[in-house]
Amino acid sequence: MKAGIVLFPGINRERDMALALERAAGRAPRVIWHTETDLDGLDLIVLPGGFSYGDYLRCGAMAAQSPVMGAVRAHAQRGGHVLGVCNGFQVLTEAGLLPGALLRNATLRFIAADATIRVERNDTDYTHRYRAGQVLRVVMAHGDGNYYADAATLDRLEGDGLVAFRYCDAAGDVSEAANPNGSARAIAGILSRNRRVLGLMPHPENHIDPLTGGTDGLALFESLFAASYA
Amino acid sequence: MRVVVTVMPKPGVLDPQGRAVGHALSNLGFAGVGEVRIGKVVVLDLAETDADAARAIGEDMARRLLANTVIESYRVTVEA
Amino acid sequence: MPDEASPRPARVPDEALAREFGLSAEEWLRVLGIMGRTPTLTELGIFSVMWSEHCSYKSSRVWLKQLPTKAPWVIHGPGENAGVVDIGDGLAAVFKMESHNHPSFIEPYQGAATGVGGILRDVFTMGARPVANLNALRFGDPSDPVTRRVIDGVVRGIGGYGNCVGVPTVGGEVNFHRAYNRNPLVNAMTVGIAKRDRIFLSAAAGVGNPVVYVGSKTGIDGIHGATMASAEFSGDVEARRPTVQVGDPFTEKLLIEACLELMATDAIIAIQDMGAAGLTSSSVEMAGRGGVGIELDLDAVPQREAGMSAYEMMLSESQERMLMVLRPDRAELARQIFAKWELDFAVIGRLTNTGRIVVRHHGATEADIPLGPLADQAPLYERPTATTPKLPYIEPAKVEDRYGLAGGLLRLIGCPDLASRAWIYNQYDSTVGAQTIRRPGAADAAVVRIEGTTRALALTTDCTPRYCAADAEAGGAQAVAEAWRNLIATGARPLAITDNMNFGNPEKPEVMGQFAAAIRGMSAACRALDFPVVSGNVSLYNETDGRAILPTPAIGGLGVIDDAARSVGIALRPWLDLVLIGTTKGWLGQSLWLREIGGREDGAPPPVDLDAERKHGDFVRAQITAGVVRACHDLSDGGLLVAVAEMALAGGVGVRLNAGPREIPNHAFWFGEDQGRYLLAVGDGAEMVRLAEAAGVPAMRIGISGGRDLTLPDRGTISMNALRTAYESFFPDLMGRS
Repeated sequence: MKAGIVLFPGINRERDMALALERAAGRAPRVIWHTETDLDGLDLIVLPGGFSYGDYLRCGAMAAQSPVMGAVRAHAQRGGHVLGVCNGFQVLTEAGLLPGALLRNATLRFIAADATIRVERNDTDYTHRYRAGQVLRVVMAHGDGNYYADAATLDRLEGDGLVAFRYCDAAGDVSEAANPNGSARAIAGILSRNRRVLGLMPHPENHIDPLTGGTDGLALFESLFAASYA
Repeated sequence: MRVVVTVMPKPGVLDPQGRAVGHALSNLGFAGVGEVRIGKVVVLDLAETDADAARAIGEDMARRLLANTVIESYRVTVEA
Repeated sequence: MPDEASPRPARVPDEALAREFGLSAEEWLRVLGIMGRTPTLTELGIFSVMWSEHCSYKSSRVWLKQLPTKAPWVIHGPGENAGVVDIGDGLAAVFKMESHNHPSFIEPYQGAATGVGGILRDVFTMGARPVANLNALRFGDPSDPVTRRVIDGVVRGIGGYGNCVGVPTVGGEVNFHRAYNRNPLVNAMTVGIAKRDRIFLSAAAGVGNPVVYVGSKTGIDGIHGATMASAEFSGDVEARRPTVQVGDPFTEKLLIEACLELMATDAIIAIQDMGAAGLTSSSVEMAGRGGVGIELDLDAVPQREAGMSAYEMMLSESQERMLMVLRPDRAELARQIFAKWELDFAVIGRLTNTGRIVVRHHGATEADIPLGPLADQAPLYERPTATTPKLPYIEPAKVEDRYGLAGGLLRLIGCPDLASRAWIYNQYDSTVGAQTIRRPGAADAAVVRIEGTTRALALTTDCTPRYCAADAEAGGAQAVAEAWRNLIATGARPLAITDNMNFGNPEKPEVMGQFAAAIRGMSAACRALDFPVVSGNVSLYNETDGRAILPTPAIGGLGVIDDAARSVGIALRPWLDLVLIGTTKGWLGQSLWLREIGGREDGAPPPVDLDAERKHGDFVRAQITAGVVRACHDLSDGGLLVAVAEMALAGGVGVRLNAGPREIPNHAFWFGEDQGRYLLAVGDGAEMVRLAEAAGVPAMRIGISGGRDLTLPDRGTISMNALRTAYESFFPDLMGRS
């Protein structure tokens, strides 16, 4: 699987993401400038975290309109993998590649702290190296991570098994107290219908090294690059 | 033409900022404050001189970028 | 939309106007002498900002010269945009701390945000990628609603800017005192990493070379900010609001990336950020340091609004702008890089051999000033000093303890100066960059890996203003020693400091006396600990309605850890021996316990024995490096028992404490603030004590970790849950829980 990272102006976790991809894949990802439109030869497109266009207007809104996104949409329609983390998740919802929207945190404050999230299913290209129900400790760093969709959309996501991760407590239980940003149904990450597009707010790429925050995120990248999973 | 696009959270979408401001207003002694909703106003100076055409441009801008219709509604007005 | 230019009344400069601009009558005469004629308004503006306290250091320079600034590892000391030290592997750390105090009171969000933006530019200007931010904050009485508004805005502003630019905010400190009412201190520190042979400086060179402006457009924001920072507050905040600058972290992020991309080429001869006094100070300093002249054509300056005057453009403090001198044959390459990042790029002038700054606008010469006299004849004052009387030593046995250890600890650990800062740092992205090994709250200093190596930087900010108020010399030494100690406590080799001297009105002898004494104390500590000053900033006139702040020489310390995997934090694990290193006499003067429990801000502060400090620290670092220390915490505010509690809270594990020595009253032993001490958690306490004694370092076992309670030697017990509630309540209660 060959990976590329899209650079929008204002993105700032692209280096973190490149380290994680390189760690799992054994080679550095291609860097894609936001004006590029040729993504041929890539299997995985990653939209990293940060503040694209300063997050002015709405988080991810302007990045969603940039030239590269047409190519990302075509890649997704061909069944290619797209991973959006934090601002990348926001871009994916703004671009209509994932349903719903990310509103301001219910606390109205930026949250930069560890969260625990639960792996909802482990039969996807992103999660097969985890156990279903496994609890991961991953850092959040966002002001707008409060997942919103109307009730019908939420029901469809649940019914189709497209909720990838949920905020939970250390024991894996979902509760209001364990939902840091007010997300609907404690949703931390969702999949597209074909489960090839994943968006999530916390940062698995910051958890690939025991010295810097633990390794709970590594298996997500290893899942993607593992040849064994069909 | 000056086109003003007002973007508001849709009814039913939680607006925590509006709720916090409503709370603060009652703390300041303003009684009888019902729901408070906070949106944004985008003021655009367009080269277009025809009001209907300017309005159409504003609508298009709102739909494509200025508002996220999953969570927001918008209203476009034209000032002479 | 901008209206047609509204004509702004032009006044002919005279002494009265010069005084409005902050110059004294004598300084006005000096301007007339240099110019040989009445200066234009623009010229007067240039003189007034260059000779302001903020830019000229006219009151502080004579004292700052006493600080030690050299060591074999120092590459650039004070005088450049930031200090530079060698950190091995062909790399250098570039760092500085700078105040944004007055703007942060007038408009807390933008004041703090632009403070972060400004210090970032000082660091990446030198070719370093910023890798960490820290913030030393002092707020007024927390029960004052104004203080809450300031905290809220400052914290949001620091987060809003730092989170967006993608530089992790990894540490800092917060104090409260009513002396900071309406005059908070916001001292922002940035640390960057560069190749040691690729450091960029500001001295312009090459007559005829283009002077290039990049970044944001120029507006009228912040005009006369530098002189505002050099005058006392009258409390008339509303009237001053228009001078506050607005930060744009998105543009700053683009500027960082564009500058670093350009710096990878050979295009740049000199570069300087436009900070206080914007275009004026950057152009004057670049030309002055290079010994050349400079000509500016203001018509070419990218402008945000129509009809700006030369005076306004030269004085504007619009943010996110840089000035560069480029190799002429590389100007096009540079233009392309900035176009790619969608930033303004304009050739606005050239270097000359005249030794003068000449400013042209709309075909007229608006300023023509000889650079030599502007710098050489800048005022320099040796202002009168007065000594603050020393306070008497407080005998521990003569201080009554009405609360006992448990009551005292619960009060102290929840007080504003000691309570958990999680509410603040959980709004700061501390992990972006993927190199943060010790986040805020996890260790005495933040630990950030040097990317691509197995080494790490340790970073801290420190000052104990109540000590400085009681005895500025002892307090100055203590601030340096505590920074050194905090670095040691992570296992780092301390290398150098940046200082941010926050004081009151220097025209008052007692304030100048505090300043001079603090410098003496700092100098002595820097020398004893081989810990030179490589950069710094002075903020004077921190007074509101005639009342001065506590003297606050904030110290930012930097050290290196050779094996990042060996760094230690403060979190306890079960079943470790706690060993106290250092001498405890039970010093209560100026202690937090005396203030919070005894209700007295009183007595002489604890002295720092610099020889012992060095010896104890070297021993502790050797033990951490040897890998036998599992956790380490320096002893500071609140003394030994607070340190024990903080280690227990960080690890979520209880502690059983032994009785202290009989000859010291319990409250003095457990809450005294004797200096030069550490608390180590080790597997074998007896062995650690033996090692310490063999090295001539005082040590004693004081307890063992384990269980869910903190069991005190006077038979009191505090459950970890109760301790945590006391520790974590202050900020959420003050600022609102959601």
